[in-house]
Amino acid sequence: MKNKKNLLAFPYLLWSAGFIIIPLCMIFFYGFTDKTNRFTFANVVSIVEGENLKALGISILLALIATLICVLLSYPLAYILSGSGMKQSGFMIFVFILPMWMNFLLRTLAWQTLLEKNGVINMILHFLHLPVLNIINTPYAIVLGMVYNFLPFMILPLYNALSKIDPSVIEAARDLGANSFQTFVNVIFPLSIPGLISGITMVSVPALTTFVISDMLGGGKILLIGNVIEQEFKQANNWHVGSGLSIVLMLFILLAMGLTAKYDKEGGSYF
Amino acid sequence: MKATLKKLYVLLILLLLYAPIITLVVLSFNASKTRAKWGGFTMKWYASLFRNEQVMNALYTTLLLALLSALIATLIGTAAAIAMNSMQAKIKMYFTAVTNIPMLNADIVTGISLMLLFLAIDATFGFPTVLLAHITFNIPYVILSVLPKMKQTNRSVYEAALDLGATPAYAFFKVVFPDILPGVIAGFFLSFTMSLDDFIITHFAKGPGLDTLSTKIYTEVKKGIKPEMYALSTLMFLTVLILIILVNYIPNIQKEKNLKENTRYEKGMVH
Amino acid sequence: MKKAWFTKSLLILAVLGILPLIGCGSAKSGEEVIVYNWGEYIDPDVLTSFEEETGIKVVYDEFETNEIMYPKVESGASAYDVICPSDYMIKKMIEHDLLQEIHLENIPNVTNIDPQYMNESRQFDPENKYSVPYCWGTVGILYNKTMVDEQIDSWSVLWDEQYADNILMQDSVRDAFMVPLKLKGHSLNSTDKAELEEARDLLIEQKPLVQAYVVDQVRDKMIGNEAAIGVIYSGEAIYTQRENPDLEYVIPKEGSNIWIDSWVIPKNAPNVANAEKFIDYMCRPDIALKNFEYITYSTPNKAARELIEDADIKDSPIAFPDLSKCPDLEAYLYLGEDADAMYNELWKEVKSN
Repeated sequence: MKNKKNLLAFPYLLWSAGFIIIPLCMIFFYGFTDKTNRFTFANVVSIVEGENLKALGISILLALIATLICVLLSYPLAYILSGSGMKQSGFMIFVFILPMWMNFLLRTLAWQTLLEKNGVINMILHFLHLPVLNIINTPYAIVLGMVYNFLPFMILPLYNALSKIDPSVIEAARDLGANSFQTFVNVIFPLSIPGLISGITMVSVPALTTFVISDMLGGGKILLIGNVIEQEFKQANNWHVGSGLSIVLMLFILLAMGLTAKYDKEGGSYF
Repeated sequence: MKATLKKLYVLLILLLLYAPIITLVVLSFNASKTRAKWGGFTMKWYASLFRNEQVMNALYTTLLLALLSALIATLIGTAAAIAMNSMQAKIKMYFTAVTNIPMLNADIVTGISLMLLFLAIDATFGFPTVLLAHITFNIPYVILSVLPKMKQTNRSVYEAALDLGATPAYAFFKVVFPDILPGVIAGFFLSFTMSLDDFIITHFAKGPGLDTLSTKIYTEVKKGIKPEMYALSTLMFLTVLILIILVNYIPNIQKEKNLKENTRYEKGMVH
Repeated sequence: MKKAWFTKSLLILAVLGILPLIGCGSAKSGEEVIVYNWGEYIDPDVLTSFEEETGIKVVYDEFETNEIMYPKVESGASAYDVICPSDYMIKKMIEHDLLQEIHLENIPNVTNIDPQYMNESRQFDPENKYSVPYCWGTVGILYNKTMVDEQIDSWSVLWDEQYADNILMQDSVRDAFMVPLKLKGHSLNSTDKAELEEARDLLIEQKPLVQAYVVDQVRDKMIGNEAAIGVIYSGEAIYTQRENPDLEYVIPKEGSNIWIDSWVIPKNAPNVANAEKFIDYMCRPDIALKNFEYITYSTPNKAARELIEDADIKDSPIAFPDLSKCPDLEAYLYLGEDADAMYNELWKEVKSN
């Protein structure tokens, strides 16, 4: 029985071997060789060079902040939606991924129109005689762009996890004398952790590797690790260093995910 | 009071998500070609859009690509997720790792690595290569949507069905499949959306003469986004919005059946 | 263990075996020419009329930057017939043996090209063997007369603190370094480490004053009065002035960059004869005029310029400056991999500072 079921994974096994593993090997090949095809660690080690390390640092910081804001914004939202018991809550959720149907670049460009010095938001603020907002071309705008673009990835798994919670479990907690706060901390929150972890992964990874958002909203003044890699591939045409840095970035993300996965297990044991 | 606060909160998040969308819609009626200036109201971009053969071709390619890649990815991914749920830890680790790779890699790395692969096997760059690439980055989204549902299924019900004499296939479709269907649908839609939005991977996997909307938009950046693109995005967005509203609110002709499907459909959106 | 390895390799082989089947899609039918051009860099009507007049089908593809075009051509991933790279990239492609000589005798309309541009092309194509100019322009300063009181004539204004947060710089290595190199009287093709480090230090010094490093958005931001001063291509200047009459374009007195985008035929072109017909068509005065009106980048086509009706544009010092009276203009050259790496390294230091 078990073996038969494993057969279902066979197409994916083939697929992943051909289109994921082999291409990945090519990246590793480039990452560990120089232009004359000789083996070298130089590409990978170049991450500790001043600018690269700095870019990695800023990327991690901004990705963390963006992820945190996403959690803070999404959790109450997902909670409200899942608790509303509305028949339309599924529809509501769809409303939150609908914006992704507009092209990513166009959406980010639209934020520029909104945030610029003479942009829409400032025009409104000016009209209301309020102080104007000056965040375009700063790290704040980048974080805003990240939060905006990746928020749906946090809302969806959180909503999914929260709406799966059996209402009778909550009732039971209440019956046993827990107040709302206690119910939340001891019952609801632990049960939502898998969704939370999934959301954190889906937000932090693209936030860590983005280069379009920092280019368009950061005014090109803030160099993220994604920009560095993109520049190595596209401007410098140096696939070796680009691959080397990508490998480092991958290891980094794997490490972070390993840690969260461990936490995930502990969280899961509540169940 | 509490309910109003909740509504207000949901509204605020919606405002954040839809501000750029509204901006783009407004820009599609802008008579001036530049996004920086309001040149009066016009519908001319909508008229010229349909006369623009290049854009129409790109739209067709984009939709076909999204549909096919999402379908195939859903098949392969769902099968894999079902198998992964009952795998031995060691084999499962391979699959989990492989699933995460395309999500961890910067797009440009995935794109170039696939290009290298296609070069190595001397494939002609065109629609098929782009399709392969899209399926590749879509599968993980399907697996990540289905796997959590799979985990939530109750094995004992399935085993009970077997004990009662059902064939594994029958038991699966009767007992397990309805439970994971929301995940499958969510995976499909997520894939579709991802395929729609991708630029970089498409760029490296495509050949001459083939354009998706994203690649057209990106190449247009040099000389300015054509307002037709805003018009097209607006139309696509509205189409989806109207479809969703119809599905949710149309009076139930076959009341009961519809109701059942509706709830399933809604659940499908939730991941 | 060994067996597992064996099955795995078999699987990989199986996948590889399926793949070549993919290649069977495109059947050759009729005459065609495969064109690889910048995005939005041609009047679409021109392509249609070419197809109607010659019966040759145009397969049209677009790229975003020279750098993204190069690996696709070098790798042979797609075989193109005609490509439109910029000067320094043409030199690089010549050096890497990616281009074939163009038989100019098959392109009679090439005589419409003003000889002075053929002359400029010698900087990267010494014998005019590989390229036929399509568009050209200069790089200069675009400023908003309502925000700047003085008459700008020097790159030094980009270091003037009264314009803090009102300056737009180009976000590409060579264009960015060109400014301080020229300001200090060096060649914009300098490979001298000391000169480049001086340029880097100037760029770092300038960074706090810069509102944003952008490529294409200089245009929109200048039209929308977002900034007072921007470094921009001359072709964009004509368009932006049309949208916002307060804008003024100058080529600074220290000199600047002259760039030329030219048609070339790669070595692996499948339809050379059609490629030549296409290039010839592009050189026809009426066609060159149509393209000029559509993309507003200066045309090197003398005969096309004669056809321009609007005298302001025909004699526009922005679109058609008298090259002999201009300050020192240089084309970018391909500097070799080592110099490229040095530029990129220094640029990264500026950007991450």
